[in-house]
Amino acid sequence: MGFEKIIFYFFAAILVVSALRVITVRNTVHAALFLVLAFFTTAALWLMLEAEFLAMTLVLVYVGAVMVLFLFVVMMLDIDVSVLRAGFTRYLPVGATVAVVVIIEMSYFLLGGFDNSKFTPVKHGVEYSNTRAIGNVLYTDYLFVFEIAAVILLLAIVAAISLTLRKRKDTRYQTPGNQVKVRKSDRIRIVKDMDTES
Amino acid sequence: MINFTMPDFTQAYPEMFVLAMTCVILILDQFLSDARRSITYYLTQLTVIVAAVLTFNQFGTDTVVTFSGMFVNDSMSVLLKLAMYVVMIGIFLYSRAYLTKRGLLKGEYYALGLFGMMGMMVMISAHNFLTIYLGLELLSLSMYALVAYDRDSMVASESAMKYFVLGAIASGMLLYGMSMLYGANGTLDISAINDSINSGTASKQIQAFGLVFIIVGLAFKLGAVPFHMWLPDIYHGSPTSVTLYIASAPKIAAFAMVMRLLVETMPGLQSDWQTMLIMLAVLSMAIGNVIAIAQTNLKRMLAYSTISHVGFILLGIIAADKAGYSAAMFYTITYAITSLGAFGVIILMSRNGFEADQLDDYKGLNQRNPWYAFVMLILMFSMAGVPPTVGFFAKLWVLEAVINNDMTWLAIVAVFFSVIGAFYYIRMVKLMYFDAPEDEQVLEGSADMRLALSLNGIVVLGLGLFPGSLMALCVAALA
Repeated sequence: MGFEKIIFYFFAAILVVSALRVITVRNTVHAALFLVLAFFTTAALWLMLEAEFLAMTLVLVYVGAVMVLFLFVVMMLDIDVSVLRAGFTRYLPVGATVAVVVIIEMSYFLLGGFDNSKFTPVKHGVEYSNTRAIGNVLYTDYLFVFEIAAVILLLAIVAAISLTLRKRKDTRYQTPGNQVKVRKSDRIRIVKDMDTES
Repeated sequence: MINFTMPDFTQAYPEMFVLAMTCVILILDQFLSDARRSITYYLTQLTVIVAAVLTFNQFGTDTVVTFSGMFVNDSMSVLLKLAMYVVMIGIFLYSRAYLTKRGLLKGEYYALGLFGMMGMMVMISAHNFLTIYLGLELLSLSMYALVAYDRDSMVASESAMKYFVLGAIASGMLLYGMSMLYGANGTLDISAINDSINSGTASKQIQAFGLVFIIVGLAFKLGAVPFHMWLPDIYHGSPTSVTLYIASAPKIAAFAMVMRLLVETMPGLQSDWQTMLIMLAVLSMAIGNVIAIAQTNLKRMLAYSTISHVGFILLGIIAADKAGYSAAMFYTITYAITSLGAFGVIILMSRNGFEADQLDDYKGLNQRNPWYAFVMLILMFSMAGVPPTVGFFAKLWVLEAVINNDMTWLAIVAVFFSVIGAFYYIRMVKLMYFDAPEDEQVLEGSADMRLALSLNGIVVLGLGLFPGSLMALCVAALA
């Protein structure tokens, strides 16, 4: 138990620090990389709860796919961070005061003891498959919410396309139909007797 | 090994139908030219109407909890959904003229609108924290996209950004609170949490801690003070057709969310949430009504008016008995209809390139068009709570419920701020009837728009004259 706690606090500390660095570093690429670190440590914490499938999914989907895309986009964009930070010092006093008040309130409340002995994570044997457990409920008990989550993703696609897709006059795009219909005479001009001209 | 009972799919027919139709509309719209865009519009209205018929078939049936406890169909969900459909038909009808004039009429508006409606249906029928959260996200995401819908408007993009960031924080708060309750009770099912709280074995401390964050999240979504900052900016910055949406139907869904989360899940923590809601309600009524006086923009004024009305709706919840809940439900439904009408008048007054959102634009409306001035007068009186409009009875029953629960001081505070609030509603009436018009342009509007707006005004007046049947429905819905 003692060793497990040490590991937990180790990962938890890295998680908190990297999450803080995501919003404090100046370089956006570094921020994205810190987010990757945060995902990795979260996955480690989930592993400790024996949620192997979720931990792997987090690494594969978020780190492997989402964050790579994210990094790619960040590198493509030319973001002037100083503009984004313009109002920072102006709003800092208000923000910091609220944050401190909330932290004091929460710690005052929580230092009284966070008794949660009623529900402790259940330990399973080696033969227990986390993936199978999720598979058993995903399309049965969680069918309704699973479908709603799918609809939310569809909505996100529709919203993103409707907000960004626009046909501009200066955009060059291909029309496959015209490409197929193209004839030799449209593309090639045969010039005869080049030598004789000179 | 797997303990699973097949869900009763018939209960979710309206949701399934709306989803199928949304996809059909989304695809079909790609093949329509701009001139035939009205097909999309009529299909959308047809979808809402058929969904209403499907929901109406469930009227008066017993409470059914299905989809492994994720989904509930009770008399409250049926009534709130029906009220929401009525408001949605109005929203689509009014916004059509506005969008056409500005060249914004695209299929996406209807698809996003229907997705939002589906989110509200899910929220209203939620019987699990997961369902509530996902329904809320479905609604919120379509709202964010709709606010930014007019891409060439800088103000709209800025509002959408604000709405998105604040909405995400609010969802985070709500989720954090839900996770605390999950930790304390070991379940996300609404009735199971209720049982667990009543059994008294779960940690009271963690529950109270979670409750605070849930209330913060709810207050954000409702727009109650001190979590109201986003509301005026979003109302002001969005295209009026979207403000119309945000200001009306989602209030009904938000009310359902409050009922599910507080009243059905945590009656055991009633004394805790009652105190918190009292603070929110008093602050909302005070700040909403006082700051509204200083507004010169009608959309901003109506935003602050919404904040004060949210305070009143919360009063009914605070009363914490059947009479209070049904009064709050009556208030929410009638407020959504009144708000729909008020933004409908703004849309009717607007022309291409001209938003009739300044108070001065309404000067002398009576001389320009006496009938719509009268409709606006009814709507303003209803919001102020002047008899015989419906707003009077809505306020009366909420106050009655509060007084019957020995919170007379709260009722006095509410009446005090309502009187202050009456000032800015009656100022509108003064502008319309006693000032000379500055703008002589004839009001233009399609026949269906004019008819619907007239009907909207008549409904607000008619419900005020005969409030009994709707109130009886509200009472029956909570029985």
